[in-house]
Amino acid sequence: MSTKTIVHTTINGDPVEFLCEPRQSLLEVLRETLLLTGTKEGCNNGNCGACNVIMDGVLVNSCLVLGVEAEDATITTIEGLASPDGLHPLQQTFLEHAALQCGICTPGFLLSAKALLDRNPDPTETEVRYWLAGNLCRCTGYDKIVRAVLDAADRRDRVTR
Amino acid sequence: MQAFDYARVSTVDEAVRLLAARNGDARVLSGGTDLLVALREGRDSAGLVVDVKGVPELMEMFFDRGGGLMLGAAVPCQRMYSDEPIAQAFPGLMDAASLIGGVQVQGRASFGGNLCNASPAADSIPALIVHKATAVIAGPGGRREVPVEEVCVAPGRTQLQPGELLVQLRIPAPEPRFGAAYQRFTPRNEMDIAVVGVGAAVRLNADGDHFEWARIALGAVAPTPLLAAEAGDALAGKAVSEAAIEEAARMAQAAASPITDMSGTAEFRRRLVGVLTRRTLVAAIERARRAGTHWNADLR
Repeated sequence: MSTKTIVHTTINGDPVEFLCEPRQSLLEVLRETLLLTGTKEGCNNGNCGACNVIMDGVLVNSCLVLGVEAEDATITTIEGLASPDGLHPLQQTFLEHAALQCGICTPGFLLSAKALLDRNPDPTETEVRYWLAGNLCRCTGYDKIVRAVLDAADRRDRVTR
Repeated sequence: MQAFDYARVSTVDEAVRLLAARNGDARVLSGGTDLLVALREGRDSAGLVVDVKGVPELMEMFFDRGGGLMLGAAVPCQRMYSDEPIAQAFPGLMDAASLIGGVQVQGRASFGGNLCNASPAADSIPALIVHKATAVIAGPGGRREVPVEEVCVAPGRTQLQPGELLVQLRIPAPEPRFGAAYQRFTPRNEMDIAVVGVGAAVRLNADGDHFEWARIALGAVAPTPLLAAEAGDALAGKAVSEAAIEEAARMAQAAASPITDMSGTAEFRRRLVGVLTRRTLVAAIERARRAGTHWNADLR
């Protein structure tokens, strides 16, 4: 077995150090070492998006990132989305639009949608659909998710105006 | 996943030294979107994984209208199309960069990785070939530069030797009235692998009605991405016409040697080569004509 390495990161605003083997994915570390189990394992090969997190501003599949690659990285997981004041606007609109059923894809969709709105606060429906193409949902048929994301963008728009 | 050692390097020399010392047992990690899946599924193995994202030369992207584009081998697709001047100058490369996987993959996956993975269906390779891109490869004996169409030698295999590292892709500056496009056929719009992919590039004359030269490259219809040299060369000097485009499409079909597999039959693929060659040539011609006015405006 290869030597374990200490990795220094910032996760959801807090400094976090963890010990991992090179072969462990960031997803494994988040779930099994740090017990941040909100990030889900779906396909474990980069197709489904259930494990999405935002790493240094970039949306990634955490199953396709090694834990050791996260040295010095700033990571946002689903646990970092809500604030002490309440749900993130996307979480709120997902609830209101019933944009989830079983919920396993939901953390990935939320992080993916957050990354989109951070980059493009006023996306078209087409842009939302293409951006979310790397996230699979087997319950909702996607339409409710797309509506929820557009609604969150719309509300944010009204607040900032 | 199987156990391996991990090294993060900060220079090309350090990477080459490590790769050479392991004699084929080391793998290069850039975006990891192919490598980590292959290691996890046991399709590949490694004693050492060398992370090259700390090497500035592999992460840099530099463009000027004289020297062209120097694209670090590990630059993620998303950084390419997010860079306005580069995206404007090379829409034919962005066609490929914006459809490899979803955004989660595009944030990590690189053209250099796509080339080294050497899939016959790789989206970036036909696009690079028609742009006359070259690959800068570093090894224990120094550096060499080879045309991209010569890099892949078999499915999943490149001409890189153990100890060699792809450092950079060099794409010549777009000539006046140059246009290029890449398109693929997939059953789904996104998140799919090309059944057939075709890249086309043209340079038109000053009036925009004759081809000065053209290049056509095909994906997923041969053991490696393929430059259909005769099909492109046949257009040189000809008037831009439906007949000329049709003739080039027929020659591209003749250059293809598709197989039947789960993605499609050989017959279907050969038909798609014709359709996509016509479409990408038309798209490249349109872009070349638009680039023409753009360049003239700049010169004034």
